[in-house]
Amino acid sequence: MTRWLREVGWRHLVGVVVLAFAMVPIVFVVSAAINPLGTLSSSELVPTGASLGNFTRLFADTGFGRWFVNSIVVAAVSALASVFISALAAYAFSRRRFRGRRVGLLAVLLIQMFPQFLAIVAIFLIFSTVTDLWPAIGFNTWWGLILLYLGGALGVNTWLMKGFFDTLPRELDESATMDGASHAQVFFRILLPLVAPILAVTALLAFIGTINEFLIANVFLTDAGSKTLPVGLYGLVAGERNANFGMFCAGTLLTAIPTVLVFQLLQRYITDGLTAGAVKG
Amino acid sequence: MTATKLGGPVTQARPAPEPERRGGSPAAILLKATLLGLAIAIAVWAAFPLIENEKWTGLAILVATTAGLLYLYLTPRHIPLKYLAPGTVLLVLFQVFPVLYTASTAFTNFGDGHRGSKQEAVVAIQTASVTQVPGSQQYALRIATTGDPATGPLVFLITDPATRQVSAGDAGGLTAVPGTDAAAAGYTVLTAGQASLRSTEITAFAVPTAGGAIRSSGLSRAYEGKAGRAYDEGCDCIRDTTTGRTWTADESVGAFVGADGDRLAQGWKVAVGLGNFTRVLTDPAIAGPFLRTLVWNFAFAIASTGGTFVLGLLLAMALHSDRVRGRTAYRILLVLPYAMPSFAMLLVWRDMFNTDFGLVNELFGSDVDWFGGSTSARLAVILVQLWLGYPYMFLVATGALQAIPRELSEASRIDGASAWGGFRRIVLPLLMVALTPLLISSFAFNFNNFNAIYLTTEGAPFPADNPANGATDLLITYTYRIAFGGGGAQYGYAAAISIFIFLIVAVVSAISFRRTRRLEEVHS
Repeated sequence: MTRWLREVGWRHLVGVVVLAFAMVPIVFVVSAAINPLGTLSSSELVPTGASLGNFTRLFADTGFGRWFVNSIVVAAVSALASVFISALAAYAFSRRRFRGRRVGLLAVLLIQMFPQFLAIVAIFLIFSTVTDLWPAIGFNTWWGLILLYLGGALGVNTWLMKGFFDTLPRELDESATMDGASHAQVFFRILLPLVAPILAVTALLAFIGTINEFLIANVFLTDAGSKTLPVGLYGLVAGERNANFGMFCAGTLLTAIPTVLVFQLLQRYITDGLTAGAVKG
Repeated sequence: MTATKLGGPVTQARPAPEPERRGGSPAAILLKATLLGLAIAIAVWAAFPLIENEKWTGLAILVATTAGLLYLYLTPRHIPLKYLAPGTVLLVLFQVFPVLYTASTAFTNFGDGHRGSKQEAVVAIQTASVTQVPGSQQYALRIATTGDPATGPLVFLITDPATRQVSAGDAGGLTAVPGTDAAAAGYTVLTAGQASLRSTEITAFAVPTAGGAIRSSGLSRAYEGKAGRAYDEGCDCIRDTTTGRTWTADESVGAFVGADGDRLAQGWKVAVGLGNFTRVLTDPAIAGPFLRTLVWNFAFAIASTGGTFVLGLLLAMALHSDRVRGRTAYRILLVLPYAMPSFAMLLVWRDMFNTDFGLVNELFGSDVDWFGGSTSARLAVILVQLWLGYPYMFLVATGALQAIPRELSEASRIDGASAWGGFRRIVLPLLMVALTPLLISSFAFNFNNFNAIYLTTEGAPFPADNPANGATDLLITYTYRIAFGGGGAQYGYAAAISIFIFLIVAVVSAISFRRTRRLEEVHS
């Protein structure tokens, strides 16, 4: 028995303690979301009643449906586009030798050290001009925000992908080239399918990062109809913190759905690719 | 990065390609033509507003970029650049350019009260000092806008009672409106309800005229008042016409300064050299909070990264055994925090730490004002980061542990090492090789983890004597408050701090990356 405790028991102990830590906030959110009263002060860890009132109010009284669509479109388009742009650059850095390659790689890393949102004043001023000239890609538009997010497409992800490209044997492209394939054919037909795992992981990470992005979106989207989920949900509890808490928690649970779906969709690649690195918080 | 060699070893090695293969299949050619056509169409679309607004520099850049891209994708040369161009163009537009702009702002006093030119400041001072005097010209007033009634720019439509002439006035002055129909001239007249919602704006609104300005008195009448303060070119100063007091222009600070050091609120933008940087380092009112914030910023980044790593690793090791039943269930539940939207969970945690009805106090039966004291607030935000961040470290550490052959630790066991010794000497070093780059990027991320603070404590608690810098403020949230906070925006100063942050993160990361093999790959 003591042997079991020493070799297996402590493992369960650690698991259960961390599990409690992990689950308390989530159970609380679920319980608040189905709490019929829908206020923060009446929310408990164990639900006292169950109703879908918060969910129906969320769709009826706020622009939640609109925010949801905005977030999905912006996050999905920027994730896909940034993965593609990053893969293009990673191919050049991994397979081609050209002047400025080393400087370029280091520059990509260094520029990322200046987080984009530190330059938010400049971004605000630039987009004030852009909004005057081209309202279609200015403030409160999907395309403006997507373009802004794509400015960060070349970055840590490019390094991740370059590392992955490096592991593929060069003989592959060489033999294809011998057979007369152009560089575009080598890239699109041969290499891109082989790096699918890292594409999936960077897509997931980009998606999670974008759907959670608050600061730039908050400055960029002021119009009620153009808000994304973080901006909209923040607005719900910024003023009426107590009264809207149930709706907010309902919104939180619904927001988790796309992330979980993308996670499930890409799951078979995730475990390998995650070790290649990135962060969330 | 722009200069490229023709091809690389790969392309040089191949035999001369047959001509018909060089362009690829008809479908590929069609796709390429479509994409290039689209690029031209977008460029043409973008060009019209530039021409209309006479932005010739912008137009030149647009034409040059488009021509460059067309050349690049039509020539068989410069292959690497074909792959780098899309990302690079976006990078330059939305990262390099804003970063350079921020850097240049850091050398000016740009901010509230110092936005425009000196000329604009003079107009603003004169307009603001307008008062109604006996005999002021009266007008009938309609409040209108060229945009949305709730947010569009205001325009005063005034009717001269004698001539019935209607004029439109905005910050640029008066212009005559042909006819009397406001809607025909493109203006939307605000209803009384809409106007009263914007009454503060309307009261402050003034249309500059030759001797003063037109201001509203109520929502339907306006008067042309006389400026109480005027600019005197002879002494380069502002003179108050009633008291005779003067404020002389000081080009070094971009403001009109009185004899007793009193400054007028409306100034202009001037270069201040390294003033913002030295202010951070030498002004005791700023240097103190800055250093304190810097130390806490490091502590926060290290504790968040280290804490999540230790917890994630501990968990991964605990579950890394075939003898633990229900491992799959554990794993699914343990990574759930990773699936929840982090911005929302930060707000939920904020409410869980609420003193009066928060869950934390309720569960422990305590009555702690978590965000009221420095220590408890700091512990709270680190705890929240731990919750958000450990699942990722757990996933990563699980993957890395599985990649380490079991024979290694078994062999060390046979050689007489204890379980702990085997872990410390064999497993941990191997893990660190794989995970160090992750820890560095996690550190860099947490160092500037804006959401972690802004969505929870908002920097609280604040010391009584300094409402601009709280105990849990990171440099990034502190900067954000300076740049956008209620106390008047100071973009120039905020930009200077941004550069400090950039230097700190870049140096820390550069030193760390030197130790990893990632950088070595660059030199291969």
